[in-house]
Amino acid sequence: MEFDTIAAISTPLGEGGIGIVRISGPDAVKIAKKIFKPKGRESIGEVKSHTLTLGYVVCPNTGEVIDEVLLSVMKSPRSYTREDVVEINCHGGMMPLKRTLEAVLDAGARLAEPGEFTKRAFLNGRIDLAQAEAVIDIIRAKTDESLKVAVGNLEGSLSKEIKKFMDGITDILARIEANIDFPEEDPEAFITKNELEEMILKMMKEIEGFLQEAGKGKILREGLKAVIAGKPNVGKSSLLNALLKEKRAIVTEIPGTTRDIIEEMLNIGGIPVRIIDTAGIRKSRDKVERIGVRRSEKSIEEADLVLLVLDATTGIEREDEIIIEKVKNKECIVLINKIDITGKVNIPYYEKITGKECIAISAKKGIGLREVEGKIRERVFEGKINTTRPLITRVRHEQALKKALKSLGEGLAACRDNLPLDVVAIDIREAWEALGEITGDKVDEEILNRIFEEFCIGK
Amino acid sequence: MPFSAGKYDVIVIGAGHAGIEAALAAARLGCKTLCLTVSMEAVALMPCNPAIGGPGKSHLVREVDALGGQMAISADRTCIQIRMLNTGKGPAVRALRCQSDKKLYQAEMLKILQHQKNLHLKQALVEEIIFKGCRVEGVMTQTGAIYWAPVVILASGTYLGGRVIIGDVNYSSGPSGFFPANKLPQQLKAHGIKMVRFKTGTPARVDKNTVDFSAMIEQKGDDEELYFSFMSENLKRPNVSCWLTYTNEKTHKIIRDNLHRSPLFSGVIKGVGPRYCPSIEDKVVRFADKESHQVFLEPEGLGTTEMYVQGMSTSLPEDVQLEMLRSIKGLERVEIVRPGYAIEYDCLVPTQLYPTLEHKEIEGFFSAGQVNGTSGYEEAAAQGIVAGINGARKVLGEEPVTFMRSEAYIGVLIDDLVTKGTNEPYRILTSRAEYRLLLRQDNADLRLTEKGRKIGLVSDERYEKFLKRKKMIEEELERLRNYRVKPSNKKVQELLIRKGSAPIKNSITFAELLKRPELDYRDIEELLPDERAVPKDVLEQVWIELKYEGYIKKQLVQVEKFKKMEDRKIPENISYKEIKGLRTEAVQKLEEIKPKTLGQASRISGVSPADISVIMIYLEQKRRSDKKGVPNGGKEA
Repeated sequence: MEFDTIAAISTPLGEGGIGIVRISGPDAVKIAKKIFKPKGRESIGEVKSHTLTLGYVVCPNTGEVIDEVLLSVMKSPRSYTREDVVEINCHGGMMPLKRTLEAVLDAGARLAEPGEFTKRAFLNGRIDLAQAEAVIDIIRAKTDESLKVAVGNLEGSLSKEIKKFMDGITDILARIEANIDFPEEDPEAFITKNELEEMILKMMKEIEGFLQEAGKGKILREGLKAVIAGKPNVGKSSLLNALLKEKRAIVTEIPGTTRDIIEEMLNIGGIPVRIIDTAGIRKSRDKVERIGVRRSEKSIEEADLVLLVLDATTGIEREDEIIIEKVKNKECIVLINKIDITGKVNIPYYEKITGKECIAISAKKGIGLREVEGKIRERVFEGKINTTRPLITRVRHEQALKKALKSLGEGLAACRDNLPLDVVAIDIREAWEALGEITGDKVDEEILNRIFEEFCIGK
Repeated sequence: MPFSAGKYDVIVIGAGHAGIEAALAAARLGCKTLCLTVSMEAVALMPCNPAIGGPGKSHLVREVDALGGQMAISADRTCIQIRMLNTGKGPAVRALRCQSDKKLYQAEMLKILQHQKNLHLKQALVEEIIFKGCRVEGVMTQTGAIYWAPVVILASGTYLGGRVIIGDVNYSSGPSGFFPANKLPQQLKAHGIKMVRFKTGTPARVDKNTVDFSAMIEQKGDDEELYFSFMSENLKRPNVSCWLTYTNEKTHKIIRDNLHRSPLFSGVIKGVGPRYCPSIEDKVVRFADKESHQVFLEPEGLGTTEMYVQGMSTSLPEDVQLEMLRSIKGLERVEIVRPGYAIEYDCLVPTQLYPTLEHKEIEGFFSAGQVNGTSGYEEAAAQGIVAGINGARKVLGEEPVTFMRSEAYIGVLIDDLVTKGTNEPYRILTSRAEYRLLLRQDNADLRLTEKGRKIGLVSDERYEKFLKRKKMIEEELERLRNYRVKPSNKKVQELLIRKGSAPIKNSITFAELLKRPELDYRDIEELLPDERAVPKDVLEQVWIELKYEGYIKKQLVQVEKFKKMEDRKIPENISYKEIKGLRTEAVQKLEEIKPKTLGQASRISGVSPADISVIMIYLEQKRRSDKKGVPNGGKEA
């Protein structure tokens, strides 16, 4: 068989929180078997192709039930990819979907690259030649999209941590490799066996701690990223508060600096939404305010959805036009605020100027908020906003960290078994590469750069 | 007046470490070969360290040997000290390093070249390579002699546009006072060949009789009989010591006080030097808090009192060189025989080459060695044999031979050069080999002798020796995997307790027993039911194979994955510009590197995994439409 077995969430989160985890490849059935407990008597290995089986997804480590699901098996070649395909229809919402995917990955599948199912479908002859270009477009678009998320995440705590871990592992590797490749220097100057063990152990503890924190959801929160934007005093904070009054916040406020971004978590129709209130955008001479404005612009860029607030009492001003221009290519709902003062507003006029769907609201009096929530839900279910994307990003990062942790553990065991440096290096390198897959970095140059930066080497 | 001086199959320019292997390989494969050297005195010159080997380098030497090359045999015959480095760091990185008698090495190589059938060695300065369109036709020398050949291998080392710099003095020169080649690089540039300027340096040589060794630490060679070549045995060789001393604060102050006279810091030197081989002034400036640096004194040969001062490579003025050397313990009254110098030279941008080392735009034009941007005798020899083999095969109308990263350091070296290029003189390092545990120096013969045999460079004698060794390894492995030992065996249980290893509860094989970290081969040898005289090198193979089995398997799995992409060939006529969905940067890089396989393409910086997917789809699309006989993108149904 040419390919390994891959898995991913293959649909945007549907109505009522239904989503599908798809597994494709030679081990698809074997992997599904490990995590699936049928309600009926037959094991899925005996299930006929192209039938549905009701059952539970069970965590392979703890035995805990994750979700009630419908599982379908499509045997090769009668499947989308022409490989054995298993699809798990989850319906418990976003978290069970994510945990189901994680269970599948823990059971031996690899997280699919963007567009990989389509790529396989084509390479296995399932999609006809005329569609080749469309396939390329899909791969390209999906990759660019996930790249955007990765870059967007770069300054987020997650990627910062990953970079930090990579840096630590590079340090270990550089010491090992310098010791090996420059034997005429004093080897103790690079690393002793005890130091090596300590460094690996420390690294493992850090990653372990991070993963635990991440599991508790303290550090990472995923969900749709909605940003409230608008000029100063247009009622952004009131809107946030009003939405919060309607729906209980899931997570408390993240403290920030002056004029920083306020972030809250809402649950709208079963969809976790990170709602972000930004500093008002306007041209300013005030240095502190300018920093705030720049941050706001950045969070607009990274947003899945922008809630642009306009002031019905002032109409569209120059400052508004600047923001309208910025959200031109974004998924956006325009909220005409303060109708409690003006009474009726001319919605078609606003829609014509902004080119977006507009809703009249009053944040103060709580008018139109239901409609806002309804619109957000609608867009998610229509698939206009991809809610699974940030989730996948997180799964990818966590999987990489788990892989790195496992390799480091093997390296440590090798150390303790008195295996030589060149063998230990294999594990440490593997740990690095697991993380390097996320950032797209190559290990060789990193090691060499580090060696020559840190150590005085040479004849 | 130019005149026609003869016709050859292969012409090699240069008789250094690359040129020698190239010329010998071509001649041994039956090609009428001409090797031109700038001076008969410069054949096999070692202008830097009087040493061969080291991590990664000794791997290359043994690989060249397994393929039927010359370096290892000559090094063994002219060695005056040999050591195994990294013995405690694992089988993959153990490395031989020898001190060579430079003059003897040169004499040995000269003899080999001059007695090689099909090979003419001549002294001439090549001033022009004759190109016709995008083919090479021959070379013209300074004296007007024109030699014709369909294959020309450029192995000119640091001679192209060579400039020696010592303090404020600088002059046009090749290494060690030989002539530089100044016209050739101009012509190559005019012909559209991309060149860069690199720099390297060498320390002073001092007179042994003016050194106080009693103040230094002696570094002896190993007593054990160690050889680079799989063919060498029973050679009587001396064991001459090297000597270790250290720089001190006074040395560093002298250097700091004279930095304004350093061409490195004044900007006279523009070429890029290697990071792994910094000059002493560089080390003192960059690592200011280091109180001392190691200095090794290495003999240049038995018939000379010259000693090489490793660790003190410099381009400072001669008076400063003397002053700083004399500040070092044991060198208080030292006399310099030759001052250290930096040398700048032109070399080819290696991404212009195919993995065969043939130039992509000029058929029949190969290059090898330092002129491709590498440094080191071993790196040069490795490229030399590859260029020689492929030059000859071109003439003979045979398929090219290349080496994969998973089979040899030669493959790592050349793939790095032609796929990634280099922005400093490139040196091989074991950390560059991702499948290091498989590419050991001890199994170079097992990896490459068959390949060398197929190419035609492995003699019957070598091949038989190899088959015998291979058979013995297999038999010994089988023996250990078959013989079992039971818990009732008292001797074994006693041994295990003595070694701090858990006693066995069930019957296990000797192979399994050997895997225990506490046990050594010698421990179990006498417990084996039959006695066999197994040679040491065979035992070593078996031991590594068993002891590291888990990790070897791990690497084999990695190689499998790697090979999948390496097996996906990219057709030569592919036009990346036509592929919709490739990013502009990727298109540019791919057009430049012209990768032969998807695997190679994936290693080009600036080509992302998504680009690789796009190429895969494109290739599949093309394959299907070609099969159907419809134009690109045509409907399948």
